[in-house]
Amino acid sequence: MTDATTLTLSTTQLLAIPMLPLVGALIAGLFGWLIGDKLSHWITSGCVILAALLSIDIFIQVLDGAEFYGNYWTWISSGDLVVNIGMMIDPLTTIMMVTVTIVSACVHIYTIGYMHGDPGYARFFSYISAFTFSMLVLVMGNSFFTLFFGWEAVGLFSYLLIGFWFKKDTANVAAMKAFIVNRVGDFGFAVGILAVWYYFGTVDYREVFALVPGLVSSMSTMSLLGWEVDTITFICLALFVGAMGKSGQVPLHVWLPDSMEGPTPISALIHAATMVTAGVFMVARLSPMFEFSEVALAVVIIVGAITAFMCATIGLVQTDIKRVIAYSTCSQLGYMFVACGVSAYSAAIFHLMTHAYFKALLFLAAGSVIHAVMNNQDIRKMGQLRKYMPITYITMLLAGLALAGIPPFGGFYSKDLIIEAAYARDMGWVSDIAYYALMSGVVMTAFYTFRMFLLTFHNSDRVPAETKAHLHESPKVITIPLMILAIGAVGAGMWGYYVLDVTNAEIIHGYFRDSLFVLDAHNSLMALELLEQDHTQSHFWLEYGALILALSGITLAFLMYFKESKMPAKIAGMFPGLYKFLLNKWYWDEFYDATIVKPTRALGNFFWQKGDLGMIDKGMIHGGIVDTVKNGASLLRNIQSGMVYHYAYAMVIGVFGLLTYLILNA
Amino acid sequence: MDLHNVLDFPILSLAIFLPTFGALVIWLFIKDEHAIRWAALATSVATFLVTLPLIFNFDTSTSHMQFEEFHEWIPAFNINYQLGVDGISMPFILLTSLLIIICIVSAWKCIQTRIKEYMISFLILETTLIGVFSAMDAMLFYFFWEALLIPMYLMIGIWGGKNRVYATLKFFLYTLVGSVLMLIALLAMYFEAGETFSMLAFMDYPFNFQWQFWIFLAFFIAFAVKVPMWPVHTWLPDAHTEAPTAGSVILAGVLLKMGAYGYLRFSLPMLPDASQYFAPMMIGLSLVAIVYISLVAMMQRDMKRLIAYSSIAHMGFVTLGTFVFTVQGLEGAVINMISHGFVAAALFLCVGVMYDRLHTREISDYGGVVNVMPVFAAIMLFFSMANVALPGTSAFIGEIMVLLGTFAADVDTLPVSAKWIAIAATISVVLSACYTLWMYKRVVMGDLVKDTVRSMGDVSKREFMMFVPLILLTLWVGFYPVPVLDVLHATIENLVEQSTTSKLDAAAALLLEHAPAVHAGTH
Repeated sequence: MTDATTLTLSTTQLLAIPMLPLVGALIAGLFGWLIGDKLSHWITSGCVILAALLSIDIFIQVLDGAEFYGNYWTWISSGDLVVNIGMMIDPLTTIMMVTVTIVSACVHIYTIGYMHGDPGYARFFSYISAFTFSMLVLVMGNSFFTLFFGWEAVGLFSYLLIGFWFKKDTANVAAMKAFIVNRVGDFGFAVGILAVWYYFGTVDYREVFALVPGLVSSMSTMSLLGWEVDTITFICLALFVGAMGKSGQVPLHVWLPDSMEGPTPISALIHAATMVTAGVFMVARLSPMFEFSEVALAVVIIVGAITAFMCATIGLVQTDIKRVIAYSTCSQLGYMFVACGVSAYSAAIFHLMTHAYFKALLFLAAGSVIHAVMNNQDIRKMGQLRKYMPITYITMLLAGLALAGIPPFGGFYSKDLIIEAAYARDMGWVSDIAYYALMSGVVMTAFYTFRMFLLTFHNSDRVPAETKAHLHESPKVITIPLMILAIGAVGAGMWGYYVLDVTNAEIIHGYFRDSLFVLDAHNSLMALELLEQDHTQSHFWLEYGALILALSGITLAFLMYFKESKMPAKIAGMFPGLYKFLLNKWYWDEFYDATIVKPTRALGNFFWQKGDLGMIDKGMIHGGIVDTVKNGASLLRNIQSGMVYHYAYAMVIGVFGLLTYLILNA
Repeated sequence: MDLHNVLDFPILSLAIFLPTFGALVIWLFIKDEHAIRWAALATSVATFLVTLPLIFNFDTSTSHMQFEEFHEWIPAFNINYQLGVDGISMPFILLTSLLIIICIVSAWKCIQTRIKEYMISFLILETTLIGVFSAMDAMLFYFFWEALLIPMYLMIGIWGGKNRVYATLKFFLYTLVGSVLMLIALLAMYFEAGETFSMLAFMDYPFNFQWQFWIFLAFFIAFAVKVPMWPVHTWLPDAHTEAPTAGSVILAGVLLKMGAYGYLRFSLPMLPDASQYFAPMMIGLSLVAIVYISLVAMMQRDMKRLIAYSSIAHMGFVTLGTFVFTVQGLEGAVINMISHGFVAAALFLCVGVMYDRLHTREISDYGGVVNVMPVFAAIMLFFSMANVALPGTSAFIGEIMVLLGTFAADVDTLPVSAKWIAIAATISVVLSACYTLWMYKRVVMGDLVKDTVRSMGDVSKREFMMFVPLILLTLWVGFYPVPVLDVLHATIENLVEQSTTSKLDAAAALLLEHAPAVHAGTH
């Protein structure tokens, strides 16, 4: 809550942050053909860099305690429905703004090199700038409607960018799949918005949050197919379905790995660092609602834990460099959701931030590799690349260590905290499952990351002869963003942990102040602190367990992949069923095809052929009306002439007859 | 003071008869084909300009009829030439006069036979459409309603595709059945309400439940055919596929709204008790339209047929919003109609642009259009996204308002909570994306494989210009719908009041008033 003493931020500066990328996008999109590629990329990149600088400035002011809340215009007003467009700037928003704009700026610069010579060059810049605008709206908005607006807009640009290379049919299918699966999530989100407005009479965050405790204490319930469900639980779960779609959580994760069909810069920006984290942001933003529903929190944990575990297992065997990272993204998002579920929202956002840097770096480095080996993404056809591309090699190593959770790199601080919080929070079997899922995820994460890394840069040289001559380190426009992000990958963890104090158990004293809300009974970070102060028992496993697992995962990867060996094939041969199961991604696509896609099409066809054409057209019209006339009245057989004039004539006569009758009787 | 009060200028009459006047001039005096096109365009633009004061001088503070005109027409039967508009009808007059311009521009090149008759039918059609939306006398309304079938019928029958005879027959038969029922209902009301056709009198007259029941059913069928609602919708895909592009544009853009307009103008205010009584049926059929029809749309192989089915699904939102009797639902329904007027019209124009080049509507005959028509691909993408109701487009405003209004509705006659109805309707979020994007992918995306597609050229300036106003309007209503909503507020609030206030007490009182007289008579 703002009070009189709170510093406020400059409206113009705040508005400029989303507007700059929008203006850049419009210029590049509408006039790219006129101003040329160079000007297009300078304008868009310039706008985003400026937005990043402005965001950093806002961040510094927010650190000093500044906040902002305001409405700009009325979007919809009808009866007692009022939807305003406005902004709410607090520590949670600001950390997202900074992350989004910095990663976006890096990706813009990187793109100059990566997309060089592509026929859709200006269009690409237009899309990624417009995406940045949408993402900023998503995080800066002050109501469920602005959130939904940004949500749908990022989905649109994700769709456009996955299908950017529209000649590739796989890309088009992946784009469509991404949009539709996201829409399944949006179905839940939309239902959540309906319920929010109905029960709270407003869609403004602040007003809703203020009314939540009242709704909870009124014991309001909704009957759901015979079940009585707490209203707040219903609302949170509906909204969470939206988060599952956008953040690639089981069972709506199937679109995210396929989205890798898009150009690599957007895999980094959209499908790793920013858009897919929107679901986590949503749950954290809505912590004043989720906190009041134990059921919703438990569901968040379970979904997150299953995703973290399952996607990690799939990542173990994939051979496409981008898909390995994509499954890792799903898995890491699962970690963030578990953190939200155990009410360690600050840990979730912390991991979101560190993950944004190191995962964007992993993707961009992978893109640099893909560029060098002439668009091959199969790690079985790489190897020994470190000799050719040292900068990519080093930066990717740093990102890999951060992802695996090795101190002092980014992921160590944030991921470890999530695991410890899951351990400390006692929610019965739910938190137990989560803890074990996350722990086993740690060893798998370390393993698949280094499997991919070693197969790419070490192991034996399996690069096809025809690409050999082409191998080279990428140009500076590509390597400089890698180095900038590497700073983030290495330092973000320490910076957040030691400087910002983001994970202070008393949230209100840490970086996040009151932008996150945790009930005292749910405060897992506080429970963790108490646990650690308890010296009567050993905390060795709690403190070092994850690190030991990560190191053993890396060691295993080194044993199997540092040098060419027969071990991987042998192990796969030992468990052929399991191997195939993982390689086929737990058969989710096949499952959906059989249970949803095919039946839906069959149903559509049935309605069309049997319903519309059969029952209505043939049965009702021809059989029922036309045939009766034809068979019954031979005198009127001429009515079948098809001359509509006859009908019109008949109608006129009929109308006059009727009128005459009525008038005579009146 | 408002302009129309000061000058007492018959704007509505002028808007109605200016197109007919233009048609007459073309018929009598113009021979040159090029001149005919320009004359038709000039007439439609002039009509549009004439309708503009309707917006600028509209008084948003009242639910009363505005720009009223009254002349005796057939005094013997108390039939009058009575015109007027309120917040519900005014936007449709503007929509009509705008879309007619676009229709005439779209037919500039592709209609080569009987151009004179074509332009004349379009202008006559405009007269009848504006007439329908401004008539305040039920007979006059009926006159325009019936009259518009003739130009529409000619348009499909003469300039249509291969199966045009079948399509026209079906179109005519369906609407005919509806019209006859509507006429009967109007006559019944005429006699019951004291020999008047004044629609305002119908709204005030306390029909008892029996009357309301039967009249509602007659109106229901008449309007359901036009909307169209399941199961009387199958004429629409046929009519659309066979109609020339401009015919489809006006059919989807304006004609379909007449049915829903009928519910708003007749059923709800005149028959509130029957409307409440039948609400579950109407809501049920709306859900069928949203779910069943969307699934059917998904399986279509013909682009026009697909968009036609998509139209029916979107109209399901309109009827849903109408029969939940909430401000948000009703305003959302009207916004949805307006939005659909932009979006479906534009999608049919898109198909027309492609059809002019390849002369086929089959989805499988296309693929990779973006390679040769990038500007067109962007335009079609925009309207595809509007069709899936992405926020920022007008369709989003309409649909979310209908959904919010439904969720909050309190309809006594419904067997389940309205919340579940709203949730079921929200499924459209997924289904509309499925059929729209799948079509877009198969038609526009992909590599160039077919030689025929390779020969297509991008949109011409003329084609581009007909999309521009629709894009701007879709965005305007999507981002700043407040001016449109302001036009609606007073009227819709009044309509909610009318449709939720039972007429039965007044009807009973009326009966009592008459009863002693009858009683006295027997003595």
